[in-house]
Amino acid sequence: MTINMGPQHPATHGVLRMLVELDGEVIKKSTPYIGYLHRGVEKLAEARTYLQALTLSDRLDYTNGLSNNLAYCLACEKLLGLEIPKRAQCLRVVLCELQRIAAHLLWVATHALDLGAMTVLFYAFRERETILTIVEHVTGARLTPSYIRIGGLAKDVPPDFKSMVQAFVDEFPGKIDEYETLLTKNVIWRRRTQGIAQLSAPDAISYGVTGPVLRASGVNYDVRKAYPYSSYDEFDFIVPLGTNGDVYDRYLVRLQEMRQSLRIVEQGIAKLPDGPVNAHVLDVVPPDKDEVQHDMAALIRHFKIMEEGFKPPVGEAYGAVEAPKGELGFYLISDGSSKPFRMRIRAPSFLNLASIPKMIEGQMVADVVAAIGSVDIVLGEIDR
Amino acid sequence: MTGTQTVVQRLVATFGEGPVTVSESNGAPHVTLDPRRAREILDFLRNDPECAFEMLTDLFGVDYNTKKDRFELVYLLNSLSKNMRLAVKVRLNEGEVFPTVSDIWLAADWFEREIFDMFGIRFLNHPDLRRILLDDDFEGHPLRKDFPTEGYDFDRPLVVQLEEEREGEQEGEKG
Repeated sequence: MTINMGPQHPATHGVLRMLVELDGEVIKKSTPYIGYLHRGVEKLAEARTYLQALTLSDRLDYTNGLSNNLAYCLACEKLLGLEIPKRAQCLRVVLCELQRIAAHLLWVATHALDLGAMTVLFYAFRERETILTIVEHVTGARLTPSYIRIGGLAKDVPPDFKSMVQAFVDEFPGKIDEYETLLTKNVIWRRRTQGIAQLSAPDAISYGVTGPVLRASGVNYDVRKAYPYSSYDEFDFIVPLGTNGDVYDRYLVRLQEMRQSLRIVEQGIAKLPDGPVNAHVLDVVPPDKDEVQHDMAALIRHFKIMEEGFKPPVGEAYGAVEAPKGELGFYLISDGSSKPFRMRIRAPSFLNLASIPKMIEGQMVADVVAAIGSVDIVLGEIDR
Repeated sequence: MTGTQTVVQRLVATFGEGPVTVSESNGAPHVTLDPRRAREILDFLRNDPECAFEMLTDLFGVDYNTKKDRFELVYLLNSLSKNMRLAVKVRLNEGEVFPTVSDIWLAADWFEREIFDMFGIRFLNHPDLRRILLDDDFEGHPLRKDFPTEGYDFDRPLVVQLEEEREGEQEGEKG
C-alpha cells in the first residue's frame, strides 16, 4: 500500500510531502517531495546588492534568523577581508546562542506535541517568548532581525541588555530540568523514541548530515570547534555526543546543547568587551544615524552605500556557522561588481532530510512522524 | 604548511600536473580537475587515507555564460578526521554530461538533482535524476544566467488547466 503524507500535514513541520510504500505497517520505501516553498533565493540574490541580499538570509530558517545573518556576513567579510571588533564578535556569539536555545525550544515543543506530549509545548513556548522578547528588544524584530550586518552589527545593544540576559541565564537551568522531568524518564516517551529511526555514523557522514543529528550518531563534528568563527575558540563549552543515533539520543543531545549554549551566553555577557560594534571601513559600513543627521559627508556616504553598495574584489569565499540544525554555509562568488555573481546556500536541513528515507526503512509507519520530528527540518531553508 | 596544501601537493604528485590545476582565493586553495579524470580523482580524495574527505559538504553549479566552458561544478569537501576543507572544481560545456558521484558520497544524490533542476546539467548513472525543487513540467533552468529573474511570462495570468480539459481540447483538434 502507498500512503501520501502531506504537503499539508501538521507533523511535517511545513510543506513536505512523503510518499511511503508500506507492507502492512512496515515501511518498504519512502520518497520525500520538496519544493513547495521554493522562492528562488539564490537567484534573487544575484539581482540584489550585498547589503540587500542579507535580508534574504533571515527567511531561510525562520526559527533562526540571527545565525543565518551571521553565516552570510562571515562569507561577505571573508570576501572583503574585514576584521570585526571584539565587542561585535562577542555579541554575535551571545545572540546566536540565545537563538539556538529558542530554536531548540521550538523543536522540543513541536516534536513532543507530534508524539502526544502536549504539556511540553506550553512550557517551552513560555521560555522561547522570553528569548524572543530579548531579541525584539535588541534588534526590533522577532523572527527576521537582519541585525548582524556586514562589518559588525546594525547598532549597539541597549543598556539593559546585560540584565535581561542575566535574568534569563539565572532562571533557565531550572526550566530545562522541568522539560526533563516531563520527558527524559517518561516511559511512553522512551518507548516512542528509543531505537527508532537509527542512523549509523558512516551513513550520517556519507549523507552529509550535520548538527545534532550527526552528533547523536556519535560523530564529533561541530563547526564552532572544527573551524571556529566569531571568537568561539575563546569560549569554554563541550560538544554533547550521543551513542545510538536514534530519536531519543537526538533529544538528549539537543537538551544538553541548550545547557552548553547557556554556558556560552553566560561567559559572553560576563566578559563582554567595550568598544565599537562596527569595523571602521568607510565604504562598507554605513555611518551612525546621529552622524548622518549632522554631517553632510556622512549623509552622502550613507546614500552611496545604500544605493550603489560596495564592490568586493573578484574571488570566492565560504562562510559557515553551526546553526541549530547543522552546518549552514554561504558560498559567495564575486565578479567585482556590487551584486553577488553567485550565492550558494548550503542548508543543513536539505541534507538532513535526504537521510530520512534511510532512517525509516523497515520501521513502523507511526515512526515516520517521530523520525521527521527528530531531524528538525525547516522547509524554508530546504526549498530556498 | 597546512593540511590542505599537503593534499594539493599529493594530488599533483599522484596524478601529474595535467589533470590538476591549483589556484587560490581568499587564502583557500582551489583545485580544478580535468573532467575526463575528475571522477577518479574525487574517488581518490574520498578514499585515500592521507586525504580522507569523508563528507561532501556542498556541491553546486555556477554558470559563467560568457566563457568558453560555460558551467562549473564546485565540490566542497570536508575531512572530519583531518579537519580541513577543499574546494574542487570541474568545468563543463553546455550539453556535456558528467559522471555521478552519488555512489562515493550519498549526499551527492540530491545535490546533483538540484543542479539538474537549476542548470540542466545531466549526470551519468545517477539513480534518480528528476527535478527536485521545481515542478516536473517547469520549462527552463532558473539559475542559468540567461534566465530572467522574474521568469519568462511574469505578466501572464495563471490559468490552471485540468487534465480532462487538456485531453478534451486535443480530441477536438483531431476531430
